[in-house]
Amino acid sequence: MTFASFFSITAMLLILGLFFIVVVNVNMVAENAKKQFDTIQVYLLEDTSEESVNQMIDKLEGMEQVTKAEYLSKEDALNEFKVKWGDKAYLLDGLSKNPLPNSIRIKLNDIEKAEAVVEKAKTFEGIEDIRYYQSTVDKLIHITDLIKIGASVIIVFLVVISVVVVSNTVKLTVLAREREISIMKYVGATNWFIRGPFLVEGIIIGFFSAGIAVALVAILYKKVLTLFSQDAFLLFSTSMVPEAFLVKNLVVIFMALGISIGAIGSIISMRRFLDT
Amino acid sequence: MIIFDHVTKSYGSNMGIEDVSVRIDKGDFVFLVGPSGAGKSTFIKLILKEIEADKGSIRVNGTELRNLSNREIPKLRRSIGIVFQDFRLLPKKTVRENVAFAMEILHISSRTVRRNVPQVLNLMGISSKMEKYPHELSAGEQQRVAIARAVINNPTVLIADEPTGNLDPDTAWEIMQLLDQINRRGTTIVMVTHAKDIVDRMGKRVIAIDKGKIVRDDRGGAYGVYEEEAALAALLRGGGVFDSHDI
Repeated sequence: MTFASFFSITAMLLILGLFFIVVVNVNMVAENAKKQFDTIQVYLLEDTSEESVNQMIDKLEGMEQVTKAEYLSKEDALNEFKVKWGDKAYLLDGLSKNPLPNSIRIKLNDIEKAEAVVEKAKTFEGIEDIRYYQSTVDKLIHITDLIKIGASVIIVFLVVISVVVVSNTVKLTVLAREREISIMKYVGATNWFIRGPFLVEGIIIGFFSAGIAVALVAILYKKVLTLFSQDAFLLFSTSMVPEAFLVKNLVVIFMALGISIGAIGSIISMRRFLDT
Repeated sequence: MIIFDHVTKSYGSNMGIEDVSVRIDKGDFVFLVGPSGAGKSTFIKLILKEIEADKGSIRVNGTELRNLSNREIPKLRRSIGIVFQDFRLLPKKTVRENVAFAMEILHISSRTVRRNVPQVLNLMGISSKMEKYPHELSAGEQQRVAIARAVINNPTVLIADEPTGNLDPDTAWEIMQLLDQINRRGTTIVMVTHAKDIVDRMGKRVIAIDKGKIVRDDRGGAYGVYEEEAALAALLRGGGVFDSHDI
């Protein structure tokens, strides 16, 4: 009986743990992506004066969404490319003339607020084009939101299921001890006196289930991290949540969940027996 | 002291008891007799507040049961001991533990428990069986344990629901002596029974219930020629002949 409750809570927490891993990592990837894409590039016309460029920078930096706006000359831009391309940079030497425009690079504190800055920049004179990653980021945010909502629904569903399973298994235990309970009631035991042992049992089951589930999820996550840190996935693993952080959070969440599911399950299952 | 004042309790179309008024004083020894389904169990359940009356008022030891919240029910039951036909001992506990259990529920100190349990078991004449399990005892001995459990917390009322139903006549009579002894120490006893010989031999107050009504209430009464009495009672009811006995 006890084992049935124990297994159902553990299994539920395990599945929950997997979803938790997915959610936190998706979140992490999304946050990283946002950081990488949080710039707006304003390309300038060739003949824009330095004075008006400075004015533009001042205006942009006055906006609360902007952390930094800086001028990037076409030569600097080309150099950046050379650095980025590394040993293939010689390819750029073949250019007869620098094809890149001068530009202003705007760093935002949140890419989701890019629109206002872009609108502002559009009003400036002497600009050629504005580039930013709004649509990419929008899609990313949309997908991560969907994943988060989906996972939350599944998590709630799992919690409800395990409360039902636990209360049913506890009910079997209670049925087996119905006689004892009825005698206790005749002798004048209070409901809490009768409920106490079952409640403690539920809490202990929840506690151990949570412990086992955390350990299993931690082991699994460690394996995944090792796997991903191999060359092919290196890109991935750098943006994954570190194990220690994940386990620390899991312990708190699982303990709270496991113990409350155990406790609530046993209280619910006893309601019928304690009516009179 | 138990007072029923115009109490009615029905289960759907099934009448439990109807318009029952009766008063059982402190120290009374009352036999509750009547055919099966007459309302005896309903009467008992109402006293324990296992069920709630539809109409009328029930007072136990001065407490109006209608005003008793669910949280206060345990307190009521601690003032009432109860003994069943099937003993209802916990099979995995020894005699001593079965009795001690009733005290532990009230959070009585273990020192007191250790002192009182042997005393009561001694009183019931089963102190030698203290460490035995229920299945190792005879039916009579099991009932003695059940009585010990019922009286250990000094209840003011002891309810016995056919306590001799599973016992041979000699053992049954021994149990009756025990109940009489408990009654003489001031505990009110309400005993449901079908055992005519016991009722006749004890010569105590007899309340007869039929079809949910009290049809006879005699002090020093006998089980009586029940069927005929019931018919007669029904005839005489309008004249209030039995009401004078109620009080």
